[in-house]
Amino acid sequence: MRRVRWNAPLVTALAGLGLIALLGIVAPLVLQEEATALSGAARAPVSAEHWLGTDALGRDVLARTLVATRLTLEMTLAATAIAAGAGILLGTGVWVSGRRVRELGLRLIDVLVSYPALILALVIATVVGTGPTASVLAIGLGGAPAFARLTANMAASVAQRDFVTQARLMGVPPYRVLVRHLLPNIAGPLLVLLSVAFANVLVALSGLSFLGVGVQAPDYDWGALLNSGLASLYTNPAEAVGPAVAITVTGVLAGFVGDGLAAALDPRARDTKTAPAQTPAVSAPSHRAPADALVTVDGLSVVLPDGTRLVDEVSFHVMPGEIVGLVGESGSGKSLTAMSVARLLPEGLSAHAAQLTLDDLDLAAPVVDPARLATGIGIVFQDPSASFNPALRMKGQLTETLRVHQGVRGAEVDRRAVEALEQVRIKEPARVVRQYPHELSGGMRQRAMIAAALLPGPKLIVADEPTTALDVTVQAEVLDVLTDINRRRGTSVLLISHDIGVVGTVCHRVLVMYAGRVVEAVSAADLRAGRVKHPYTQALLAASPRLQDTGAAERAPLATIPGRPPQPAARPAGCAFAARCPVALDTVCATERPRLIDDVACHAVRQEVPTA
Amino acid sequence: MAATSARAATVGAGRPAPLGPWGAFLVRRVAGLAAVAVTLVVGTFLMVQLIPGDPARVVAGGDATPADVERVRHELGLDRPLFTQFADYAGGLLRGDLGSSFQTTEPVARIIGDRLPFTAEIALLSVLAVLLLAVPIGLAVAARGSRRADSSFTFVTGTVGATPEYVIGTLLVLGFAIKLGWLPAAGAETLASLVLPVAALVLPATCVMARIVRREAAQVLAQDYMRTARGRRLSPLRLYARHALPNLLTATLTLGGLILAGLLGGTVVVESVFAWPGIGQRVVEALLVRDYPVVQGCVLVLGLLAALLNLLVDLVLALLDPRVLAGKGAN
Repeated sequence: MRRVRWNAPLVTALAGLGLIALLGIVAPLVLQEEATALSGAARAPVSAEHWLGTDALGRDVLARTLVATRLTLEMTLAATAIAAGAGILLGTGVWVSGRRVRELGLRLIDVLVSYPALILALVIATVVGTGPTASVLAIGLGGAPAFARLTANMAASVAQRDFVTQARLMGVPPYRVLVRHLLPNIAGPLLVLLSVAFANVLVALSGLSFLGVGVQAPDYDWGALLNSGLASLYTNPAEAVGPAVAITVTGVLAGFVGDGLAAALDPRARDTKTAPAQTPAVSAPSHRAPADALVTVDGLSVVLPDGTRLVDEVSFHVMPGEIVGLVGESGSGKSLTAMSVARLLPEGLSAHAAQLTLDDLDLAAPVVDPARLATGIGIVFQDPSASFNPALRMKGQLTETLRVHQGVRGAEVDRRAVEALEQVRIKEPARVVRQYPHELSGGMRQRAMIAAALLPGPKLIVADEPTTALDVTVQAEVLDVLTDINRRRGTSVLLISHDIGVVGTVCHRVLVMYAGRVVEAVSAADLRAGRVKHPYTQALLAASPRLQDTGAAERAPLATIPGRPPQPAARPAGCAFAARCPVALDTVCATERPRLIDDVACHAVRQEVPTA
Repeated sequence: MAATSARAATVGAGRPAPLGPWGAFLVRRVAGLAAVAVTLVVGTFLMVQLIPGDPARVVAGGDATPADVERVRHELGLDRPLFTQFADYAGGLLRGDLGSSFQTTEPVARIIGDRLPFTAEIALLSVLAVLLLAVPIGLAVAARGSRRADSSFTFVTGTVGATPEYVIGTLLVLGFAIKLGWLPAAGAETLASLVLPVAALVLPATCVMARIVRREAAQVLAQDYMRTARGRRLSPLRLYARHALPNLLTATLTLGGLILAGLLGGTVVVESVFAWPGIGQRVVEALLVRDYPVVQGCVLVLGLLAALLNLLVDLVLALLDPRVLAGKGAN
């Protein structure tokens, strides 16, 4: 089990429950006499002597409520134990038994669960009668199916993991699989479930007594007290309020223990500190982009709320009709750069730039006209199987921008959708537009994604690792469609990839990113020919396999780059690649940040080849 | 996970179903309903058989003469073989004959006929109200993503959601009927009588449901397809209603269907608090006086109602999510 991170709600709720348990032990010892003594005045209102008044026989309600704590808690614990015991046995048992038993068991649990637990308890109470023991049995067994269902769900995720399968294949008996593998791995969630079940059982048990079919006089629990309180609601409302508060407070505390445990066991629940966002000082325009550039990015930084720069002063441009590649390792900031251009940064990140424009559209403005954005930039995402909405038909998703922002209506919508699919070479487009995403293959989906991006007639397509999630055989097909569209329509493309081979083949110009910065800008022809200057780009090329290398002499083993890129918060003052760089200089590389001059940001290169 | 199930569905789509997807789906679900119905019939039959000791003596009461006990035994058919008894019981059910009340000799079928509309009224109203309240609230909290809204939401729903219907009912009666005198405390005479029982049912269920919606919504909003939709720069209404809601409802109803069925259990309790003349109140009355035919009949009908409610939820799910139709769960 993971280490429990104590949190304030959990501690408070546990302490509260502890107090109530203590009350359950002490109250019957101290207050027993007062709770049964007949004071004379029946249904007396609240007074200094009787804080909650008296009941129909003149007994002190507060004393009775406190004394009832013991019976209520004992019954709740016993019934929770029955529900949990039977539920865990059933829920995990189905996962360690054979296939047929499992399916039958799961089906049975489903049927039982669909039946309201309280009514199930009423049925059991009919059979076993009334009184504390019968109530405990009824509520315990009535709650077992729900417990079994939830346990089975949790066990399912563990039982299908490799180590359990392996244990079973090795002939480990079911009992041992259960105790050694299954239970320890669901112990945390089970604890959460137990505290929730405790609250539910308390409510159900009290409900049974409240209905009069649970605990019978002279015994009394909170539910029975509430029942008699309901009868004197007009004369002494406090009689109902006492047990009502007791049931509610105990139930709520148990629920909060569950919430607190869930939070304490959740590995994702980190304490994220949110410092006030620091706006990085935006430097004066430095990058001289051609005046007719389609996209101009100058001094773009993407920052976390705590000020950490994930992308650090990146500048580049994309000409009309040009395919520009952004290449780098994961974490290099290439996708964030592209998403800044598309104004689709994940929540919590903010982009700042001296200039960030698409034609005359200012992408860095606080508010940008949604119609111009949607029609100006088409986006192709990485994973086509996750990027289409599974609940909507293809046609609606392909043409949404047309309908919402361009006012296209009626038969024109169908015609455009079919035409767009034809353009990306999807067969039987008229049938495909009526289908749901899950009915298409991965390659088809990604081509459909390109079709959707193209439909509004954008000037720029941002393609974020469009082939990474696809089979190798399909990758070429998708890249082919992209270049074809670029050739025929003149649509500019900003292509993000970690594959230097892909960008070298498809793009006109390539920007190499490392640790949030552009380290080199190179033409695709130079890249293909290996004419690159930055040591990182050289290392990337050496690390990528090339099929056309057939000569035995050239078939050297692939090089690897030692070390890892620095974390965004721990980037050095100097060159971020210096620690991994084979040609780093002792003098400046560690201390001074290299600027992008003549398309390369490297101190060492500049020393060897002095700039003219 | 989503990727694998989607891929599996693609493979399965190649095989044509003889009945079409809807036909196969309906056959599967109706068969499920039939299985539940059979389980219920057997269960309610065994209810009386399983009473420990001599059921006839228990039914006749503690101070019954041996002759009384024999008469009850014969009336209940307990002197005949088990199988004959079951055949009689099941045969009676098919003819709509659910036996007669021990207490009032009124036919159970008529009792249920009189009372079912009242139970259906508050149960259906509550289901609607819970969905109409919980989904927007949960979605709004998830979409806001603010830390303070989130923790106060958790606190409020945690507190109200854990408060039993009968406590809320009692407090509502105390406040709105006794102190303020705005609404009737009990009975079903006027339309205003509906307000408090429905509120007592809806308040805690809405809180529990809204928490589920919030959790599921947070997951849906983080999906890639929501980013795709944001890329189309849609209005918030279109983004949440058109793109998030269908996926959210699938997940929510799969889990929340149980809560909706559980509302029927709550109905039993709430009817007793408000003296609402539904099946729930009657079954408790019958239970207290060991009027077994009435208990059997009411439990059977409540069970069938729960099963029908589940079927309804499944139908809505299939309409919303094409993958459910193909036999693949949304989760």
